[in-house]
Amino acid sequence: MLSAILTTILIVGGTALLAWPLGIYMAGLFSGRFASADGLFARTVGGAPEQDWKQYSIALFAFNIVMFGFVFALLATQHMLPFNPDGQGAASLDLVFNTTASFTTNTNLQHYSAESTWSYLAQIGGLMWLQFVSAATGIAALAALARGIGGKPTMGNFFVDVQRASFCVLLPLAMIVAAVIALNGVPMTLQGAAQVTTLEGVAQTIARGPAAAFVAIKQLGTNGGGFFGPNSTHPLENPTFWSNAFEMVAIILIPMACVWMFGRIIGRPKHAMVVFGVMAALLLIKLVASVGFETAPTQAFMDLPVTQDVGNLEGKELRLGATTGPLWAVLTTSTSNGSVGAMHDSLNPLTGLVPMAGMWLNETFGGVGVGMINMFLYIVVAVFVAGMMVGRTPEYLGHRIEGREMRLAVLALISHPVLILGGTALFAATAWGQDTLNNAGAHGFSEILYEFSSAAANNGSGFEGLGDNTVPWNIATGLVMLIGRYLPIIVPLAIVGSLMAKRRSAESAGTLSVESSTFGVMLFITILIFGALTFFPAAALGPIAEHLTSMR
Amino acid sequence: MNYVLPSLRLWLATILICVVGYTGLMLVFAQTMAPYQANGSIIEVDGQAVGSELVAQDFSSPRYFWPRPSAASYDGMGAAGSNLSPTSADLAARAAETVARYGATAGNPVPADLVAASGGGLDPHISLDGALYQADRVAAARGLDPAWVRDLIEQQAAAPGAIFAPERIVNVLQLNLALDRLEE
Repeated sequence: MLSAILTTILIVGGTALLAWPLGIYMAGLFSGRFASADGLFARTVGGAPEQDWKQYSIALFAFNIVMFGFVFALLATQHMLPFNPDGQGAASLDLVFNTTASFTTNTNLQHYSAESTWSYLAQIGGLMWLQFVSAATGIAALAALARGIGGKPTMGNFFVDVQRASFCVLLPLAMIVAAVIALNGVPMTLQGAAQVTTLEGVAQTIARGPAAAFVAIKQLGTNGGGFFGPNSTHPLENPTFWSNAFEMVAIILIPMACVWMFGRIIGRPKHAMVVFGVMAALLLIKLVASVGFETAPTQAFMDLPVTQDVGNLEGKELRLGATTGPLWAVLTTSTSNGSVGAMHDSLNPLTGLVPMAGMWLNETFGGVGVGMINMFLYIVVAVFVAGMMVGRTPEYLGHRIEGREMRLAVLALISHPVLILGGTALFAATAWGQDTLNNAGAHGFSEILYEFSSAAANNGSGFEGLGDNTVPWNIATGLVMLIGRYLPIIVPLAIVGSLMAKRRSAESAGTLSVESSTFGVMLFITILIFGALTFFPAAALGPIAEHLTSMR
Repeated sequence: MNYVLPSLRLWLATILICVVGYTGLMLVFAQTMAPYQANGSIIEVDGQAVGSELVAQDFSSPRYFWPRPSAASYDGMGAAGSNLSPTSADLAARAAETVARYGATAGNPVPADLVAASGGGLDPHISLDGALYQADRVAAARGLDPAWVRDLIEQQAAAPGAIFAPERIVNVLQLNLALDRLEE
């Protein structure tokens, strides 16, 4: 128990300390503090005119279409291209579509095992590139939103923002993380798989490749797509306890920093503190629940002569320590990362509910940039509800929240449960889902529910027993990922665009202060009611039913 | 046109810096600073590659310590976990087979890590208890003093994460190599 508490403090507390200066740096970066770099970035793309919300959104779409098109072509033709030492063949087009959608949307849902599917060129030139620029797209969108809501006349320039995020935030951090994990044992080579003869004389082929570079940005950009099939449970992707610590810090570092960045760009750091507090409180609840539930021993071993004194070990790696499984599961689903440090399918039923809840809420730090954007939607709703309760015009930072903004915010928020529950209902009722399950009964239902939650939240982790490389799964989750990505980015920009067009009023004594603890509590309750209760019936059918019927 | 050309120029810039530059730099760094790790931590004995320090391999002879069960049959090209629910009947059946293989009884229960499959199916370690549990079998198969084998295990066992992960673990391949080496 002591080591669990110490590990949690080391990872979460340590990252919170690092996130503060990073957030200040990012706020400066996106406020134009480094003029010479900005000039270079503007020349690179041939000029950087200021954009309103529509122009910014079109630019975002245009570049994301280039991202999708380039990587689709690269993945579809990988078998004819170089850097393919292990001779990977052509992949099916539905898998290419799903994978491209997955990495373009920062999801990194993987319906394949990478070491037996993609060439090094496809992984590095296609997927890793998307891990940089999709993360940069999210950070850029947050910067634009913050400028607009903070009172700037325009939203900035998308093409410059992406370069700021890619070259000045993601790249330097990725180089540090890649260097550390490479020294710890993550391979970094262009050679093909290693051929060895084991001590008992059997041939063993061991996949390797340029993994360290890939794993670093996968962790930092809330991407989560592994270089190897079982992600960071694979010993070559996560070789030691210390590589593991670094990889976990990398999961939440930028999402945390994004809150501080938002607060400073809008000029209200105290408001950011309240938001950070609400996110941290939700994160803490999930951590305690997850780590607690996972100390229950493996149910299936109960009637056998097995000594179980460290909790459920199925699907876990010994070198990462007993706390890593549940801790990583919470961090990776609180953010939209989706990498795993233990197999989520084999978590105890109630532990498995916690990552699902994380993806349903999707803003307890959330994805890089987009987590804070999701929180902005909840803030709009919370401000509106609070305003109605006391009978005053709801205002946020001097902007009057009216029917139009509320309709847009609710549209974006409601799309999340519609995608998840609608998809789950369809696949649970038909052979599309039923024939692909690895576990029977309530746990099978959880596998489907998890998959759609992961796709809609742009998370990318999975109950990996699901046989999801089928045409229906590839197409359905591909579409869900695309809608679940762009709707919650464009709609908030539209809300801010609408607010920017109105006259801003001064905050008076009658305005609910967004820097107060009252506001924090209001926000917390809004998230719980709106986010959590929507999904409670589905949770009851899956993990809760399994716990009640099977656990002793 | 206002958006297409800048998008293409941004594509080129990010490909050159984030893919070509970054990957090239990290390759040079890793191959210079840590070539053993960068190439997969491959252990060689007399010039012959016998395995990766970090990747479990199958041991079934009683002369060797056995690793944790692998849902991927120790395939270095197809790593995977079992993905079975802890409440699954299939998991109980699989565990019963492993228990039988170790000959565990209620009076001599087997440590859980030897029964539970790892996340990637390639976990190179077993717990200290898991190694000690196998000491008598290995000693008998090799005609060695069990106390001597236990000493060897104790020498090899280490805590992976200091006070944060204090339960000691043993690398199976290195333990087996040490056995072979010392017996020669």
